[in-house]
Amino acid sequence: MTDVPLLNVQDLSVAFTAEGATTRAVDGLSFTLGRERLGIVGESGSGKSTTGRAILGLVPRPGVVTARRLRFAGEDLLGLSRRQWTRYRGRRIAMITQDPKFSLNPVMSVEAQVTEAYRLHHGGGARAARRRALDMLDAVAIADPDKVARLYPHQLSGGMAQRVMIAAMLIAEPDLLIADEAVSALDVTVQNEVLGVLDRLVAERGMGLIFISHNLTAVASFCDRVLVMYGGRVMEDCDAGSLQAARHPYTRALLAAAPDLDHPRQTLSVVARDPAWLA
Amino acid sequence: MSGGRADPLVQVDGLSVAFRYAGGILMAVRDASIAVTPGETFGIVGESGSGKSTLLRAIAGLVRPAGGRIAIAGETVGPRRSRAQRRALQFVFQDPYGSLHPRQTVDRALREPLAIHALPDADRRIVEAMADVDLAPAFRFRYPHQLSGGQRQRVAIARALILEPKILLLDEPTSALDVSVQAEVLNLLARIRAARSLTGILVSHDLGVVAHLCRRIAVMRHGAVLEILDVEALRRGEVVHPYTRGLIAASRGYRRRREDNGAGWIK
Amino acid sequence: MTATDELGGWVAEAAPTSPGQARLRRLAGGARHLGRSPLAVLGFAIVAALVLAALLAPLVAQGVSPLAQNLGARLEAPSAAHWFGTDELGRDIFVRTVYGARATLAIVALVGVIVVPIGLMVGTAAGYAGGLLDGVLMRLTDVFLAFPSLVLALAFAAALGPGIVNAVIAISLTAWPPYARLARAETASIARSDFIAAVVLQGASTPRILLRHIVPLCLSSVIIRLTLDMAGIILIAAGLGFLGLGAQPPTPEWGAMVAAGRSVVFDHWWVSTIPGLAIFSVSLAFNLVGDGLRDVFDPKDA
Repeated sequence: MTDVPLLNVQDLSVAFTAEGATTRAVDGLSFTLGRERLGIVGESGSGKSTTGRAILGLVPRPGVVTARRLRFAGEDLLGLSRRQWTRYRGRRIAMITQDPKFSLNPVMSVEAQVTEAYRLHHGGGARAARRRALDMLDAVAIADPDKVARLYPHQLSGGMAQRVMIAAMLIAEPDLLIADEAVSALDVTVQNEVLGVLDRLVAERGMGLIFISHNLTAVASFCDRVLVMYGGRVMEDCDAGSLQAARHPYTRALLAAAPDLDHPRQTLSVVARDPAWLA
Repeated sequence: MSGGRADPLVQVDGLSVAFRYAGGILMAVRDASIAVTPGETFGIVGESGSGKSTLLRAIAGLVRPAGGRIAIAGETVGPRRSRAQRRALQFVFQDPYGSLHPRQTVDRALREPLAIHALPDADRRIVEAMADVDLAPAFRFRYPHQLSGGQRQRVAIARALILEPKILLLDEPTSALDVSVQAEVLNLLARIRAARSLTGILVSHDLGVVAHLCRRIAVMRHGAVLEILDVEALRRGEVVHPYTRGLIAASRGYRRRREDNGAGWIK
Repeated sequence: MTATDELGGWVAEAAPTSPGQARLRRLAGGARHLGRSPLAVLGFAIVAALVLAALLAPLVAQGVSPLAQNLGARLEAPSAAHWFGTDELGRDIFVRTVYGARATLAIVALVGVIVVPIGLMVGTAAGYAGGLLDGVLMRLTDVFLAFPSLVLALAFAAALGPGIVNAVIAISLTAWPPYARLARAETASIARSDFIAAVVLQGASTPRILLRHIVPLCLSSVIIRLTLDMAGIILIAAGLGFLGLGAQPPTPEWGAMVAAGRSVVFDHWWVSTIPGLAIFSVSLAFNLVGDGLRDVFDPKDA
């Protein structure tokens, strides 16, 4: 390995202490990410979202993040001050979340939101920013960027709003994008369109993507590599293509629990959890 | 069995539902017709805004139709229904967090329908209903906020079943749940259906879920029923409408188009 | 093992086994929550003291009558014999203040008992039915809201004669509309929820839905509102007393007591100040309790 990986995470833990008891939302997580699509799947409480937030330094107050190593493009992210974080967050590492309507400012037009992101990180004139914004809207497969740029968030459909959100996040040309359940609220047909947009951005810009989702089908079909999380730990780390042949009992159980259109079963298997997995 | 000649238990003919909003009128359901035979579980699949939940709510009598006819066991029904008509048809809602009264224990939630219909032996029925949905007796005096999503959904199913309805309407009953919990609830529904020869209508955006429980499926879009087809036909891709084809393809997962990996797409 | 330990254990047990136990556990949780706020505890203590003083007035006053005059001991300053001094007729102000709690509490309780059911009834019916009934009931509410309390009370007293009962009627007439509005707003959002749809589908009648399912959910915000309004009600009652339109002499009433000391306030400050302080601290206490309750009943908790 001569290349420095885009992201190197060693032994990442996030602990929350409440009323004397400490729970580890993430417990000793390690992985490296190149310029690829890494999927993190898990059920609620598995620590997948907390992992994404920890990488961005966005774990809320009582949470404590520790790691042996948390390096982004060779630079240490641990112990960055709030000020130093602003050089990374939004500029080099961006995040899109489940509900675009929540993240978009309801009283700003699409153009204003997208150009603001650009001018914040690159400066430059209004005209350049506007041209860049329209290019970006075009890049996320919005058919009529000129028209959409003048709309406000409440006039957008869910899929459209999520694409605007992606455009606003990507205009700063980040090296790493964390997508936390970014398409889960969308209809399947729209989901796949948005995934197509993300796919192209990874392929053409060499951006790294961490795709956090509860949806095994989406992760298996979209990502290059998959981490399966349970109870804050990684149960399985494998190629997305070989997920069907996964070895860990938890992964196998999850796969067997989801009803499958093409492989009907009388009864779905129930996920049995072994305490030894978290020992 | 699908396509049997039995008289339909639920028949919907040319139903429309309109919602008035600030800017005008939205036709949530337009000219929808379905017929559900006794003992079958009928599936309705569609994306957001397809009108699938509104159609189900209209059948339940929660929404007033703008036109068309709903008949249950041959009897035309509207939004005003007798107590017996209500009892014959029960509903399980999508959001297990919103479908239980926040200040009522499980016991109270299950006791209320019994009190409304003046059914005797309330205690015995409550214990049995909880056992039917695999809820431990320890949960009987818990409040909803002390239960997980899956447990709440079991309470909601028990509440629907305690009135011994003929028809169970299921509105996305598992879409708010984790995959492992969804599997448990789907297995539970399949078991109950077999044990009680219930007739059901299941609405979902998830083709996998609908195909798992249903033999016949209606595909809805923009308020209209596009087509009604057999699950086997659906699996084989024998569909009439291109939208249905797209929906099936999309639900099988993301497919990478090869030219997308080429360069020069972003200017 | 003491009895209270056992009781505590039973309340905190993992799985409640009866409805009473489940309810008690919820109450205990609320009380613990409330106990964490020192201001709410202070408010509760003052209100509890008020209630106790009113109930046990003869005991607290050690048998001294609030009407007992002693013209030889007029306008005496606070001392060991008369803790709060005496008034212009030589009556013990401490005893009168303690007995005055009865008038205040009676007014507050009566207003609450009248206003809450009316507000809930009008508000939930309007919010649940919507449409024409909603329009009619809410315009009616607006009409009553337009009367200024004190002016209406003055008119009432003029028409029907002064007295506690007329004061209560006058205050209630203008106090219920905010409760109706509050209940209506709550009902409108509750009525759209799935758990109400579920009881509709069970075949429940409209009165049953309102009384058993909607009212209990409105109740917490109504009670909070009532506690916060208590201060205002006490002030209006005292104001009426001050103007001579509330409780009639010689019945001890804080507002009237303040008025009586008005002419001598510069030489004998305690005559007006003590009942004034009573009004102030009780109003404040109700506000603190209201704030505490609001934290406990926070909708996020529900």
